Amino acid sequence: MSDVAIEFSHVYKKFKRGESFDSLRDFIPYLTKKYFSVSSNGDLRDKEFWAVKDVSFQLKYGEAIGIIGPNGAGKSTILKILSGILLPNQGAYKVYGRISALIEVGAGFHPDLTGRENIYLNGAILGMTREQVKKKFDSIVEFSELEEFIDTPVKRYSSGMYARLGFSVAAHVDPQILLIDEVLSVGDISFQQKCLNKMQEIIGNGTTIIFISHNIPAVIKICPKTILLNRGMIDHFGDTKDVCRYYYNISSQTKMATEDQYLELEGVELFSSDGSPATLFKPGDQLKIRFCIKSNVDIDNLVMSLFIKRNDGMVVFDATSDILGGKYFSFSEGERKTVDLSFAVNLPLGVYYVGMNFYNPLKGFYLYKDETIEFFVDAPKTVGYAFLDLKW
Amino acid sequence: MKTMIQELVQYRHLLMMLAWKDIRIRYKQSVMGFLWAVLMPLLIVAAGIIVKKGISIISGKPLEISDLASITVKALPWSFLIGAVRFSTNSLVSNANLVTKIYFPREVFPLAAVLANLFDFAIASIATIVILGFMGVGISVYILWVPLLLLFLILFTAGVGMLMSCANLFFRDVKYLVEVFLTFAIFFTPVFYEASMFGKWETLLLLNPVGAILECVNAVVVLHQPPNYFWMLYAASWGIGLFLLSWNIFHRLEYSFAENI
Repeated sequence: MSDVAIEFSHVYKKFKRGESFDSLRDFIPYLTKKYFSVSSNGDLRDKEFWAVKDVSFQLKYGEAIGIIGPNGAGKSTILKILSGILLPNQGAYKVYGRISALIEVGAGFHPDLTGRENIYLNGAILGMTREQVKKKFDSIVEFSELEEFIDTPVKRYSSGMYARLGFSVAAHVDPQILLIDEVLSVGDISFQQKCLNKMQEIIGNGTTIIFISHNIPAVIKICPKTILLNRGMIDHFGDTKDVCRYYYNISSQTKMATEDQYLELEGVELFSSDGSPATLFKPGDQLKIRFCIKSNVDIDNLVMSLFIKRNDGMVVFDATSDILGGKYFSFSEGERKTVDLSFAVNLPLGVYYVGMNFYNPLKGFYLYKDETIEFFVDAPKTVGYAFLDLKW
Repeated sequence: MKTMIQELVQYRHLLMMLAWKDIRIRYKQSVMGFLWAVLMPLLIVAAGIIVKKGISIISGKPLEISDLASITVKALPWSFLIGAVRFSTNSLVSNANLVTKIYFPREVFPLAAVLANLFDFAIASIATIVILGFMGVGISVYILWVPLLLLFLILFTAGVGMLMSCANLFFRDVKYLVEVFLTFAIFFTPVFYEASMFGKWETLLLLNPVGAILECVNAVVVLHQPPNYFWMLYAASWGIGLFLLSWNIFHRLEYSFAENI
């Protein structure tokens, strides 16, 4: 008995833009085709596009995998295919175990029914039997914090209450495989924290999870591995932090000046306070960077910016030379220059990436390099963005 | 076929819940409450009485108790049919959010609509039985055929419901077509009259499977006669056949529901 829970194999799914079935003339051939399952896949007809293109992945029991990506990447489509709501045009998928999909919070809630009645209804929709709902009823009500209002019709609920009740029922479904589509972002901060904890509890119980979200910190917290989906194809797959950082990079809108037409970065070096090359630092150490720049143009009054990024893509420090030092840079065509900087490494344990750019506030970027070099900080374990020299 | 049945059995609980939901919301916050179940049949019976009185005036035959009983007995299944078809036609589209977001066999929607109307039918039946008792209609052994006849009607209705809900999903004006059709169908079905009144046209009227069922019901309940076995078999094959065919078609088209709704 293999331990594979989900197998997704070279799946393709296409959709059609615009309105379908302009007339009966379009509909009847479509109907006959569908009824007799004559496949017409492979190519795209007019107005069609691939929502999911050659996606394959495998999930073992108990694993939690995240799927992130820009809007329209095909994330929800994959979930719907796994749930059985949509059929792929090509490829196959196999699910070994009972699936429960949370694609919308409060799905099936009817406004005229009370919270209590909707819990039973929603539970049935999500696949729970009446006995299961009855057993978990008190726990569901308690989790949603709606004890006083449970017998009020749901149409009188605020949107937050509505969402809390919906999530609460969904969180108690307890299936073998759980598919979550962006349903964690409901309620106030304390409730969101409760939801995250509940998710981790569910994973701890061995549930297999696919988690789609735009909430990167939540994905990092819950899933060890992540898929980055872009335009229907898998762009990246691997350790969550790496994938998230890659996602940040490609999402950044200032990719323009990496073509090296104006300025080129020829080299980067890191030094410790005594001048020797180093990559490992302790909090409080002085770090020196040397950038070797070659210019292909004549330009004055460039502002230089330095930014330090954390392992997961989060920018921990970003400063510009005009504000911090009143310095501007000039280059002439063909010139090679070195630019030296130094700072104190007040950062906690981790891996960091140095990025830099040169820009002119009126003309734009002349050089933009996201990860020029990395360095490590060795420190006692603390949490947060900065390391302060704390003495008890 | 077997997997379809298995799946439906697996989701029977959901089917019951959705039917219960339909019933509950119909009667919540309403002034009439459960009397709604009786209103439609009552209207049909009233209309039927007028029609029958008109017929009796023209034909010279007086109105008998059995005529009134016939109308009542036939009005009930008819109002079940039109109510169930009406609700199931729109059942998929009105639950569009569930169709596109959660998986369960979609047959559940039209079937839940049929079940909800069956509940109304049950309530109205109780009232009918009381009324028939007052009229002194009496019971014969043939009344045992009624559950079977009702089963054929239910299967037929479910078949129509599934087909119509499917059609309405792709073409939104189907529900209006259905509405118009149901309004006039009562003229083509022997509810207000007996098929036997039409002499040699009787067979034509009985080709309507609903007509066949209604006449059989009338025979066993009011006339205390055995049902016409030929027409009963005819109705049975229509009921079962249509149900299986519709279910099959529905199931084949199910996968394109989410995209086309």
